[in-house]
Amino acid sequence: MMPDEPKYKTTDEVDFVIVGSGAAGGILAKELSGNGFRVVVLEQGPYLTEKDFVHDEIKVLNQDLLTNHRELQPTTFRKTPQDKAKPQRALVYGRLVGGTSTHFTANFWRFHEIDFTERSKVGPVAGSTLADWPITYADLEPYYTKVEWEIGVSGLAYASPFDPPRSKPYPMPPLPVKSSGVIFERAARKLGWHPFPAPMAILSEPRPGRSACVNCGFCLGFGCEVGAKSSSLATAIRMAEKTGRCEIRPNSYVHRIELDAAGRATGAVYFDARRNVQRQKAKAVVVCANGAETPRLLLLSANKQFPNGLANSSGYVGKNLMLNSGGVTTAVFEEPLNDYKGFAVSRILHDFYELDPDKVGFHGGGGLDARFDMTPIGFALGSLPPGSPRWGKSFKEVLSHNFTRTCEIYGHGTSLPVENNSFSLDADLKDAWGLPALRLTYKDHPDDLKLSAWLNARSAELLEAAGAKKMWAPPVQEQQFAVHLLGTCRMGNDPKTSVINSDHQTHDVKNLFLCDGSSLVTSGRGQPTMTIEALAFRAADRITALAKRGDLPT
Amino acid sequence: MNKDLSRRGFLSQGLTGISAAWISAHWPAMLSAASHARQAAKAASPAKFEFLSPEQAREIDAIAARIIPTTDTPGAHEAGVVFFIDRALVTFAKEDQKTYAQGLPGLEARVHEMFPGMEKFSAATPEQQDQILQSFDEQSSGAAGRPFRRRMATQSFFETARVHTIMGFLIDPDSDKRGNRDGVGWKVIGREPEHMFQPPFGYYDKDYPGWQPNPPDVEKTKS
Repeated sequence: MMPDEPKYKTTDEVDFVIVGSGAAGGILAKELSGNGFRVVVLEQGPYLTEKDFVHDEIKVLNQDLLTNHRELQPTTFRKTPQDKAKPQRALVYGRLVGGTSTHFTANFWRFHEIDFTERSKVGPVAGSTLADWPITYADLEPYYTKVEWEIGVSGLAYASPFDPPRSKPYPMPPLPVKSSGVIFERAARKLGWHPFPAPMAILSEPRPGRSACVNCGFCLGFGCEVGAKSSSLATAIRMAEKTGRCEIRPNSYVHRIELDAAGRATGAVYFDARRNVQRQKAKAVVVCANGAETPRLLLLSANKQFPNGLANSSGYVGKNLMLNSGGVTTAVFEEPLNDYKGFAVSRILHDFYELDPDKVGFHGGGGLDARFDMTPIGFALGSLPPGSPRWGKSFKEVLSHNFTRTCEIYGHGTSLPVENNSFSLDADLKDAWGLPALRLTYKDHPDDLKLSAWLNARSAELLEAAGAKKMWAPPVQEQQFAVHLLGTCRMGNDPKTSVINSDHQTHDVKNLFLCDGSSLVTSGRGQPTMTIEALAFRAADRITALAKRGDLPT
Repeated sequence: MNKDLSRRGFLSQGLTGISAAWISAHWPAMLSAASHARQAAKAASPAKFEFLSPEQAREIDAIAARIIPTTDTPGAHEAGVVFFIDRALVTFAKEDQKTYAQGLPGLEARVHEMFPGMEKFSAATPEQQDQILQSFDEQSSGAAGRPFRRRMATQSFFETARVHTIMGFLIDPDSDKRGNRDGVGWKVIGREPEHMFQPPFGYYDKDYPGWQPNPPDVEKTKS
C-alpha cells in the first residue's frame, strides 16, 4: 500500500467499488480515481510486489503463487449441458493485485476492423451466435493508443501491411530479436509472408520507477521482478494509488452484489482475509473480475428480482464463452538458439488474419508467433519430442541437447461464440468458502478445430522452410482448459442478446458496470488483453460522463 | 560454479538497463532477498535430513542417480537431488510422504524378487538398477504429458521419484528448495546461471543485420 493511499470504511459510501484489479480493473481504478471519484478496489488475491516475484518454478507454477488455487478453488468440466461435469482443473487466471496481466506473455495485438464487424461481413455462421460489436475499431483506436503510451507497449508501427490504421506510433522500439524470431522472419519471407516485430507490453526502454526488460527468461507464468512487464500492478494500480482517492484492498473475495428496493446496486459483499463477511457501500459497482469470475459473481448474486442471476434477463450471463483456438508446433534446430533468454515472443505475422471461408472451408482467421516460453523444469517434463526417453542416460542427452535448440511456433485464432459454451455454477462442488464452484462447459465450434489444424499446417510449412531438424505438434483436440476467458457477458445494443450496453452498463441494473474479457463480442485472433485494456480506458470515459451528467443514482 | 554469476551477480554488477529510480526504491528488498537466498543455499550443504532416514536417503539418492545419471557431466547425485526430495516431503510435497514410505519397501521387495540375495537397491550395479526401475516404469501410467497438470499424489512411486528428481535437478538454485546444488543442473542443459542477459542471445540472431521492412508494394491479399 502506498503512503498516500486512503483507507475507507466499509460504511463510507464511496463513488465506485471495483471488483478485481487486473487488466481492466487496474485501468478503471486509475481513470476513475484520476477523474476525482473515491474508489475502493476489492481484489480476491494478495498484494504481492517485485520482491515476491521469484524464479522458483514449483512455488510459482506448481503451488499457484500467482494464480487461482487448485485446491481452495476447485472447478469442474463438461463438454455439453447434457453431460455430468467432473471435477477437473478447468482454468487458470491471475489471483493477485494486477490479475492475469501480472503473469501473462504480454503479446499486445490490437484487434483489426474485421473483429468488430465480422457478422455483417461474413453473414451468419451455423451453430454460432456470432454478432457485430455495437462499437467499431475507429471508436476504440484512441484508447488502443492510450494503452500503448500510458501502460507501455513496445513495437514497430506500420511494419505489418495488415495492421489497422493508428493515430500514433508506438512509444518505444520493439524488444530485441531472439534467435527464434530471426528463424521465423527468414522462413516467413521465403514463403512470401510478412513477419514483423511483435508488439509486446514489456518495456524496451526504462520508464520512471520501472526497468527495461533484462531478459531474465522467467516471463510467461511469472511476475516481473524489475517492473518491465506492463502489468496493471506495475502501471495503473500505482498510478491509481498516487491519486490519493483509491484504496486497493487485497484478500477481499467478493461473492455477492446486493440491490436496494429500487433495483440499484448498493455495494459489494465480500469475505475478508479472515473469512469474515464485509459489505463495502458504493454509489456504483464496476465488476472486472475476469470472464469466469464476473459471470460467476452475477450468478451468485441471484435474488427475487433476478432469480437466474443478477443482470441476467437475457439469459446470456456466462454464455458464449470463447477460449481462442490455435496450436503449438515445437521444433529443434542444429545450433543453439538460447531462446530461454528473454521474453517469449519477438516476431509474429498476420497474413492469415482474415481467411476467405469460401477458399479454406471454414470461418475465422489467426496469426503465428515464434516463441520459447518454457522454464527448465517445465521443459524437461513436457517439451521433449514425443517418444523421447523419460529417464536415464539417453534422457539426459536429449534434454541437454534440446534445451538450447528448441523453439515453438504458436498459432492463435478465432473462437466462434457458441451459446452452450459457458461458465456456470456447479451445484455439487463448493470452494473453500462454501460457495458453488465454477463449472466450465465447452465444445469447440467445428470451424475452430479446422482453423487450428490449418494454422498448425502453416507452422509446419514455416519450420520446414526454416530447416528445422525435427518438429512435432500434438493433434488438434477439443479444449478442456481455459486461459482466455472471453464473451461471457457480451456487449450489445439488444438487451435480449447481450448483458451490457456500449457504455459497459448492464441493461438491467443502471449503476452496475462490467468490463473485462467477458465484455468481448468476438474473440479476436488470440491476444485479447490489449483490447480489454482499451475497453477499460473507454469504459472509464463513458462511466465518468454518465456520472458527471447525473445519470448515476446517488 | 561461481555463485556470484547468478542473480545476486546481476544485482550487484550488471545494472545496465535498470532505472536508477527503481534500484533505489527496491535495493534494500533485493539485498535482503538475495542474502536470504544465499543462506538458504548454504544451509543446503550439510548432510542433514528433515524427513528421510539415512537408509531411505541412500536408496533415494541411488534411484535419482539412475534417473539423471552422472556421465561426463554431473547428475542428480551431484545436484543434491536427495536433499531436494527430503525438503519437498516436509513442504510442498507432504502428501507424497506415503508414496515414498510405501514405495521404498516395494522397491526392496522388487530387488529381492529380481536379484535373490541382494538386500538393497543401492547395492545393485547401475545396470541392475536400471532393470529394476524399468520394471516399475513399465507399470507406470506412461505419457510424459505437460507439466504441473496432474496431482503428484495420484502418481506411482516411480513416476513421483522421476518427476521429483527432474525438479530437484533443474529448480532455480537460488530457491529455498535445496535442489540444483551449485547450479549444476542448469549447466548440464546449457542454461547460463545469470538472470539477466543481453542480445545477441544465440547462433541465429548473432549476425542479424537489423529490421528490414517488408516489401512496400505488397498487396493485402486473402489466403
